Amino acid sequence: MVNEGAYLTLGAAILSLVCFPAGPVLAKDKTIRVASTTSTEASGLFGYILPQFTRKTGIAVRVVAVGTGQAIRLARRGDVDVLLVHHKPSEEKFLREGYGLRRHPLMFNDFVIVGPKRDPAKIKEAADITQALMRIRDAMATFLSRGDDSGTHKRERRLWRMAGIDPSVQQGWYREIGAGMGRTLNIAAAMPAYTLVDRGTWLSFANRRSLVLLFEGDYLLRNPYGVIVVNPQKHPHVNVRAAQSFVRWLLSPSGQRAIGSFRIDGKVLFYPHARSARP
Amino acid sequence: MQGPSILPLALENISLQHEGLPILDRINMLVARQRTTVVLGPNGAGKSMVLKVAHGLISPDAGHVRWSNLSGAKAQTRQAMVFQKPVLLNRSVLSNIVHAVRLQGIDKAAAVHRAHMALERVGLGDLAGRRARSLSGGEQQRLTFARAWARDPEVLFLDEPTASLDPAAGWGIEEIIVELRREGRTVILSTHDLAMARRLADDLVFLHRGRALEAGAAATLLTAPRTAELEAFLKGELRW
Amino acid sequence: MTDIAAGFAAAFQLLLSFDAGLWEIIALSLEVNLAAVFLSCLIGLPLGGALAVYRFRGRKALIILINALMGLPPVVVGLMIYLMLSRSGPLGSLNILFTPGAMIIAQAILVTPIVTALTRQITEALWLDYREQLTSLGSSRMRAIPTLLWDGRAALFTAVLAGFGRAAAEVGAVIIVGGNIAHHTRTMTTAIALETGRGNLALALGLGIVLVTLAILLNTAAWMVRERSMPEAALLGVDR
Repeated sequence: MVNEGAYLTLGAAILSLVCFPAGPVLAKDKTIRVASTTSTEASGLFGYILPQFTRKTGIAVRVVAVGTGQAIRLARRGDVDVLLVHHKPSEEKFLREGYGLRRHPLMFNDFVIVGPKRDPAKIKEAADITQALMRIRDAMATFLSRGDDSGTHKRERRLWRMAGIDPSVQQGWYREIGAGMGRTLNIAAAMPAYTLVDRGTWLSFANRRSLVLLFEGDYLLRNPYGVIVVNPQKHPHVNVRAAQSFVRWLLSPSGQRAIGSFRIDGKVLFYPHARSARP
Repeated sequence: MQGPSILPLALENISLQHEGLPILDRINMLVARQRTTVVLGPNGAGKSMVLKVAHGLISPDAGHVRWSNLSGAKAQTRQAMVFQKPVLLNRSVLSNIVHAVRLQGIDKAAAVHRAHMALERVGLGDLAGRRARSLSGGEQQRLTFARAWARDPEVLFLDEPTASLDPAAGWGIEEIIVELRREGRTVILSTHDLAMARRLADDLVFLHRGRALEAGAAATLLTAPRTAELEAFLKGELRW
Repeated sequence: MTDIAAGFAAAFQLLLSFDAGLWEIIALSLEVNLAAVFLSCLIGLPLGGALAVYRFRGRKALIILINALMGLPPVVVGLMIYLMLSRSGPLGSLNILFTPGAMIIAQAILVTPIVTALTRQITEALWLDYREQLTSLGSSRMRAIPTLLWDGRAALFTAVLAGFGRAAAEVGAVIIVGGNIAHHTRTMTTAIALETGRGNLALALGLGIVLVTLAILLNTAAWMVRERSMPEAALLGVDR
């Protein structure tokens, strides 16, 4: 018969795993949480710049990467210390409601439209983004919308509005996916279909198949990122000191340099944009 | 055996129904100390039910089970029951007995000691480490006797203990029953086997269709039945 | 086919390179899954045993509910736990959102219904066989539960493995309550979700193959332990 004691020992070992799951526990004031967007995480930006910050300050940064809408909800509920997203109107609303201390412009990249290589709507030669969208509508070429309340989704809806187009789902060619950028790109590549994507995610996206970059460069496609420390008056547990020092570093010349020097295939993904870093 | 006797046992007007059908009908029965009472009858007469009601496994719909000025729960620890089909835990031969003894509140070392003694007495001493369910049918039933024995019961309920065994294994079991009697334990045995009843019974209750038709000293009943049913049964002619 | 071949190539490359990041993810996944299954057993085994032996009003409804909860969508559980553990939620002061502890709780909630429901089914079948014998030995229903669990261990083992499978496979709950934070709460499944999002299908598939390989290794190891401790059970496949 198997000794029941052996099972007890095994149980105790596992119980200790349950009780101390994080392994070595980091000092609490040496850790901050950042809610950010999938674009920054998936592109690899954080993997590149965060070790530099941690090395310098000893503060560990834990990034929860979700859509902008969800990131803001996390910050409102006090589940993170810092918000780093890319939809200025939502960020300003967040500040007006008193959830954030201050919005700092941090960096920008731009959105681009990608689509099938043969470009059935001929948007490659479009003069501006408005014309590009009108051509997609006229050709009734399939366009995938994130449909997930993310920063990219909000920007896309605004672009359609500015082009005077109401792309209702019933028209068939406009499809809301309700998914993150990566899944949307995977589906667009499989169909293939047009979609709006931030340049960082696009450059780091590997499964392109017949998708190519078809339209870029309109001023309306600029995609600015802001960073906000969550207001400790709303959520007293926010680690303000460490959060402030993270934001200060991001805005400092060395932080800005780190952002600017992150490249994929030699291409810059995010342009430093902090006021202090401007020449 | 330790402690005051729980006997005599009296079953008073026991009735039991199952899904509206009468299983036991106003059974009266008295079990005296150090006697072997055989509940005899054809298959389906309700013999098992009498034992289970007396042992407290089934509550009767009417009537009472009375142990000598003891509550049923207290009396339970002084009884043991062996079923027609051995129910053994999926453990070693030894652990099956140890488990049963420890349920009496006896500590492990003492329980192991008792278990070994009981196994020796039923001739399973060499098989203590074997898995209980790998034993033959006869060995399994011997093990259930050892398990009952190890609990040092004053009263043993044996429900057709040899009915599922071949004759040789059955003989082995009968020898154990004789030994248990010799130690002064009270046995209540159900069987449809007339020869076995003749060999073992001091007292006899003849059960037919849920009713106790006759009860009394075995010697008298088996030679001079008062009812036609028992007479027919003794001739092997009773249809249930 | 080339994509799948690339997946296998990526899997080999991952495993052979002894990538530190990969081992970190594997270790965290195992830790979270095992701890969740352990917690589930702590709750599910006794609870399932109790549902098998006790009869009370609403028992049937409770069993149906637990059976239904086996199909809980992980995302729903993740969301529930998120709302509980969020700083603005009732348990926010614990400050365990986005930690492995939160992931363990979420997975334990997913796995507990499986362990409970299967334990109930397995031990109830045993209870039908054992009830009279254990009652005769003076075992209370409460005391019978550990006996049934121990005797059903071979079949329960499979139930626990099923629970582990659910924990190891799910991504919906851990990604919400863990946040898929690099070096902190990134598990095999959340890493697969991330790499799929980045279009690294070969890497995602490679991670998936590593996950399956781990599951096979773990099940093999578990099976071997079981075979050594329960030779009879292994022979019969599943114990009675």
